Amino acid sequence: MLALGSVSLITDISSEMVTAVLPLYLVAGLGLSPLGFGLLDGVYNGFSALVRLAGGHLADRGGRHKAVAVFGYGLSAVCKPLLLLAGSLPLIGAVLAADRTGKGLRTAPRDALISLAAPPEARGRAFGIHRAMDTTGALLGPLAAFLILHVAADGYDAVFTVSFCVAALGVLVLVLFVPGSRTGTPDTAPSPDGVGRSAVSLRAAVGLLRRRDVRGLALCALLLGLATVSDSFVYLLLQHRLGVPDRWFALLPLGTAAAFLLLAVPLGRLADRVGRRKVFLGGHLVLFLAYGLLLSSWHGTALPYAVLALHGCFYAATDGVLMAAAAEAVPAELRSSGMALIQTGQAFARFACSIAFGAAWSAWGDRTALLAAAVLLAVCAALSAALRPGAGPPMSVPV
Amino acid sequence: MTPLTRRTRLLVLLAAVLVLSAVAATTLLHASDRAARKDRAQPGGPRVTAGPVSLVPAAAGRRIVFRNLAWGPHRDELTSVAATTPGGTRSASGVKCLRFYAAAGTGVCLQAVHGAVQDSYRAVVLDAQLHEHAHYALPGIPTRARVSPSGHLVAWTVFVGGDSYAGTDFSTRTAVLDTRTGRFDASLEDFGAIRDGHRLRAADLNFWGVTFADDEHFYATMATGGKTFLVRGDLNARTVTVVRANVECPSLSPDGTRIVFKKRVSGLPADAPWRLYVLDLRTMRETPLGETRSVDDQVVWRDGRTVVYSLPGDYGADLYSVAADGSGGPHRLMGAALSPAYL
Repeated sequence: MLALGSVSLITDISSEMVTAVLPLYLVAGLGLSPLGFGLLDGVYNGFSALVRLAGGHLADRGGRHKAVAVFGYGLSAVCKPLLLLAGSLPLIGAVLAADRTGKGLRTAPRDALISLAAPPEARGRAFGIHRAMDTTGALLGPLAAFLILHVAADGYDAVFTVSFCVAALGVLVLVLFVPGSRTGTPDTAPSPDGVGRSAVSLRAAVGLLRRRDVRGLALCALLLGLATVSDSFVYLLLQHRLGVPDRWFALLPLGTAAAFLLLAVPLGRLADRVGRRKVFLGGHLVLFLAYGLLLSSWHGTALPYAVLALHGCFYAATDGVLMAAAAEAVPAELRSSGMALIQTGQAFARFACSIAFGAAWSAWGDRTALLAAAVLLAVCAALSAALRPGAGPPMSVPV
Repeated sequence: MTPLTRRTRLLVLLAAVLVLSAVAATTLLHASDRAARKDRAQPGGPRVTAGPVSLVPAAAGRRIVFRNLAWGPHRDELTSVAATTPGGTRSASGVKCLRFYAAAGTGVCLQAVHGAVQDSYRAVVLDAQLHEHAHYALPGIPTRARVSPSGHLVAWTVFVGGDSYAGTDFSTRTAVLDTRTGRFDASLEDFGAIRDGHRLRAADLNFWGVTFADDEHFYATMATGGKTFLVRGDLNARTVTVVRANVECPSLSPDGTRIVFKKRVSGLPADAPWRLYVLDLRTMRETPLGETRSVDDQVVWRDGRTVVYSLPGDYGADLYSVAADGSGGPHRLMGAALSPAYL
């Protein structure tokens, strides 16, 4: 568990180093105007969903979770030096797309590995530790990058090279210290090779949706995703409604990350005790409160902090917890496919929400758009709560 | 997986850490060495000496004030040369700017402030002797700067973005300042946007590249839904009105009748999509200029007939000029220079 957490921590340092300096590199380093309205467009978002499903499915075939994860992390690692060779926006966009493909491929197998390595009753905690380490890496990355630019002015090549070295180290830790998915965990041990392979057909992966508890969870994630306004809109709303000064704007995501980091483990443990679906739903209630604060007429100085704390709490109560819940519902031999399915459903719903929210903002203004999102969230939460989870495996806690 | 003992695995990790650290340290040393080299003058480069730079029109004739990119101790400083001999010795002021513009004795300098962890940026309003009149914190990386012909109004644009994974959502923020009253509009997004007589409400409104007509009116680029528009702004009414589509970084002629802008031309490669065009505001007719390369800059008017702009060069950027009526071809004005202002 700590090994996988370390891999994510190291990898996030690497990727956030690049993310932090990329705008500077494009504008100041290459002298480009990066206003092509996003280097990766909606088409890519669809492709990335397919990649995630493919990664999940490939990993389940013959229990190759680790191999697929290594490939995904490795692909992202080699993209870092390639950024230096790509001198134009389309090429940089292509490299970023490859980088994200690596991320898409590895996410579900990695989460499957976490779920297979942790004892069933402590999966919430395991995912909490993982997400906390992941977020720590994301916070350290920008610091490392700006330290390098401090030592070497305009040293973007040094940032990208060091980022590659860090990513390579992450891959190595994964290869050396993370056990493969067939090393005698209680879940996987009983299924012999031949049986495992035949059970992991594409049909079986699709057939997961016939299982009541998987379908219920996927539907729940999808419904709630439809009412989850994307981060950038939350920050934009904070700025619009509260007049957050421009120079603080870039720091808003740090507030969310800090709360996520602090609460991921405690809320994961809580999920283990009281039930993952409960905490997952509760997380959306917290998001509802955040919407409410943004809509309220209260304009106190503490408001941005409160909204960001609630926003981070929402992530801590939903991100890893959903995967812990998925681990309960999906049998071990299809774990990665099932997780990919649920994550993709959620991502798709959130993407749809972003588009709809942007359109609603244009048509009705920001306040009405958010009010609509809040109402939708309440309805979706009520529907999700009404969805009875299936019988579930023995250790599942009644909801 | 090959069964390795824990000891072996730790040794492999240790070896890899050593190799990777060596690679990282080497590139870091190389990069910092290169950074140091840029502080030494290159043989064959333009002569740059410390000297006075003024934003007041000189009796001796017009001057160009610009950011000097030539390597040496005065790299990135505001420097000036006589407009008639742009290749002559540059007089360097000691004031460092990333972007700069000036008119009628007022200058605006967008500069980096080196912090303990991260650089931040600020806009400094300069008087004619390049002394600081006021400064404002910037929310992102500077890109465009302008001063109104009277020297009263100042505008700038910065890039904000990169807070999502793989940082792909870029936006701009454009501010307008009245240096007489201190009235500060931090973002044109707060203005009412009007298109075909209707109020436009969109979450993705973006503005960049202000050019002033007078102390109340300006033109700029507005983007929404993946398209760009020329807008005419009114500072008192706090509105911007869409004039025309596919116009970026407009620059108004001294007589206020024409706009030279960069136009996204279909069929060009995605990494070099722009051509310079001139738009006659009376007839709304567009004419391509004689520059056939992709220009990503907001041009400045040298006079009523010629515009000056930058293109990527060996030291960052070089300045070129071309006729504003579509005739003739481009001329290289000077190397290693950016953000010129004619005074």
